[in-house]
Amino acid sequence: MARADWASVRQSAELGWGADLQGGEPYVYESPTQPGVIVGFEVEIAEALARKLGVRAKFHQNDWSNLVPSLERGDFDIALNGLEDTPSRRARLRLSRPYFVYGETLAVRTGSALHALADLSGRRIGTLNQTVAQDLLQAEHAEVVLYEGQQEPYLDLSHGRLEGVLLDHVIADRYGCGQPGLTCVKQDLARGTYVIGMRKADVELATRVDDALSQLIADGELRRILEHWRLWDARQDELGARAPAAPALATDPPALAAKPVPPSQALSAAQLGLFFHGALFTILISVCAFGIALPLGVLLAVIRSHGGRVSRLLATAYVELFRGTPVLLQLYVLYYGLSSLILLGPIEAAILGLGLNYAAYEAEVHRGALAALPRGQAEAASALGLSRLQVLRHVLLPQSLRIALPALTNDFVALLKDSSLVSVITVVELTKRMTIVAVELRSWLVPGLLCAGMYFAMSFPLSRLSLWLERRYQGA
Amino acid sequence: MIRITGLHKAFAGSSVLGGIEASVAEGQIVALLGASGSGKSTLLRCLNGLETFDAGTLEIAGFALKPGAHDPRTLHALRAKVGMVFQEFHLFSHLSVLDNVTLAPRIARGAARAQAEAHARELLAQVGMAERAHAMPRELSGGQKQRVAIARALAQGVSVLLLDEPTSALDPELREEVREVLRKVARGGHGASGEGLTILLVTHEHALAHELADEIWTLAAGKISNVFRTP
Repeated sequence: MARADWASVRQSAELGWGADLQGGEPYVYESPTQPGVIVGFEVEIAEALARKLGVRAKFHQNDWSNLVPSLERGDFDIALNGLEDTPSRRARLRLSRPYFVYGETLAVRTGSALHALADLSGRRIGTLNQTVAQDLLQAEHAEVVLYEGQQEPYLDLSHGRLEGVLLDHVIADRYGCGQPGLTCVKQDLARGTYVIGMRKADVELATRVDDALSQLIADGELRRILEHWRLWDARQDELGARAPAAPALATDPPALAAKPVPPSQALSAAQLGLFFHGALFTILISVCAFGIALPLGVLLAVIRSHGGRVSRLLATAYVELFRGTPVLLQLYVLYYGLSSLILLGPIEAAILGLGLNYAAYEAEVHRGALAALPRGQAEAASALGLSRLQVLRHVLLPQSLRIALPALTNDFVALLKDSSLVSVITVVELTKRMTIVAVELRSWLVPGLLCAGMYFAMSFPLSRLSLWLERRYQGA
Repeated sequence: MIRITGLHKAFAGSSVLGGIEASVAEGQIVALLGASGSGKSTLLRCLNGLETFDAGTLEIAGFALKPGAHDPRTLHALRAKVGMVFQEFHLFSHLSVLDNVTLAPRIARGAARAQAEAHARELLAQVGMAERAHAMPRELSGGQKQRVAIARALAQGVSVLLLDEPTSALDPELREEVREVLRKVARGGHGASGEGLTILLVTHEHALAHELADEIWTLAAGKISNVFRTP
C-alpha cells in the first residue's frame, strides 16, 4: 500500500513511523516491565511529533538494515530510528533537521594506545552495518568487522577478537564503556546527527515534520524528552543552532560530510572482486563444515545402528538436540554464549557450528542407508571372519555411502546456502557481501542476480557430479 | 569333523532345535533334509557362530562352542576353517568377483594381495568363473553368483563347508551349473589337511543329496529323526 505525502497522513490521521525494536534501549524497545508496550526516546519523539502534526503516531516494526527500502516501498511515512545524516542517505531520501547530535566513540581494551581515527588503519575494529562509523573506518583502511546487534561488538572486544569498537556514544555509553576491562576514548572521533528519513516525493510532509521538530526544539519539549532519557548533553546545544537540512556540522572533530561517499551506481571491479572473495568464503566454510559433518554423521549413524545402549542414547540425544534447535541459535551460542569457555574466531565458529549441526542430518541419512542394506551382507562378511569393525569398514559403509550419495549432495547444496547464516557471527560471505553491495549501490537487482548466479554456479556442478556418481554406481 | 551334543535353540520362547545329537566324520559329506522351518538353517548357523544356542555343545574343525555369546577371537579363528554358502549368495555388491573372493584372506587374514589373487583365480577357475574375475555381481546370473560364493567360502582354505540350500534361489535351468560345481568340490581335495572337505549340505533336492552325500539326515520337530547311509 503506497502512501502519498501529507494529504494521506492527514486523511488517515495517522503518522506511520518505522523502527527496529532490536535496536534496544534507549532508542525503541519493548518495556521490560510491560511486555507489548514500546518505549524509548524515539517513541516519545514520534508521539510528540505526531501531536504537533495533529495526528496519531503508529509504530511499524522493521528490520533496521531495511528501513530505507521499506520506507520507499511505502510501508510507513517516516523512518525514525537512529538514522544518521550521510551524503548517500541525503541523495536517496528527504531528511529532516536533526533531533539528536551524537559523537563517534571509540571503545578499546583498557591500556590500549588507540585513541584517534588515524590510529585505526589496519586495525580490527567492530561497528554496525550501514553506519557512518563504517564509512569512517573504511576511509581509514581499518579492518572493519560488521555486526547486527550492538552488544556483540563489545563482547568480542572484551574477548580480544577486536582491537576497538567505533559506535555512537549512545550505544557506547550503554553497552561498551562500562564493561569491565573496556575504556572509551573521551574525545568524540567525529560528530554526526540523527535525522528523520522521508521519501523524496513527500515534500509537504517533510516541511511539516521540520516545522514540528523546530517547535519541539523551541518549546523545550525535545530537551525534556532527551533529559528524561539522560541523553541531554553539551553536544545537543548544536541542535537549536543548526539550520534545517544543513549539509554538515561545523565542529572540531572531523565533520562527516567532509568524507563523501563516492556515488556508485554500477558494480565496480572492486565490488565484483569482493563478491568472489565472499563466494570463496562460502565455499571454504561449506567444504570445511561438511568435512566435519560427514565423518561425524557417519560415526553417529554407526553408533546408532551398532553401538551399545548408552552410546546409542548419547548419539540419539546429539541428533535430536542439533536437529531440533535452529542453527542460528547454535551459532550464537557457540560464538557468543560459550566465548568465556572457548574463544573461537568467526570462521572457526562458523565451520564448527555448521559442521556440528549438519552432522545431525548426515547421521540420519547414513542411518537410513545402513538400514537399507540387506542383512545378508553383514552376515556373509561375519561368516568369512571379518571383525565387526572390518565388516563396517569394508562391506557396509562402502555400500551405504553409495546409497546415501543423492541425499548427501542434497545436504551439501543446502549447507552451501545455509552458510549465509554465519553472517550473524561477523563472517562476510557471499550473501552478506551482496547485502552490503546492495546498500552501497542502492539497488538489490544486480547484486541479487549476481549472488544467485554465483550460488547456482557452485551448486549446479555438484548436482551433475552426484548424477554422474549415481550412474557410475548404478545397481550397487 | 563335527560333533553336536544336546543342542537346544529357541527363538522368543519357541523351541526350534530340541536336543540335536549328531556327528560328521572328517571328509564326510552329510545332506540335511527337512520341511521348511524345521530348523535346518538354524542348525547350520549355530555351527559357524552366526547364531548362539541355549544348551548343549558343538565341536567343529577343532573348536568347541558353548551356549551363550561366543568369544570374538574364537569365531575369528573358527571361520578361517569353516566356510559358509548362503541360499541368497550375499556377494558384496560393491566389489568385483575377484575382490569378493580375496576380501576375507586379505582383510581378515592379512594375506598379501598378489598371493590372495593368485589363489582366488585358481578357485574361480575351478568353479568356471575365471573369465568373469573383473565382473561386478550385478552383471552375473544367479548360478554364476552362487559359484563365486562357493569360491569365496573356500578361499581361506577351510576344512568344513556349510551350504545352506545353495540351489533353492535359482531358476531350475541354472541349478545344474551349481550342482556341477558342488560335485567337483565334493570330489576334489580342497581341505586344508589335503583330505576331502567335511561338508554339511542343507537342501530340498533329494536327488542331489543321494548323489553327493555319505549320510542323509532328516530334521523334524527339532530333532534328527532319521539317518540314512547312502550305499
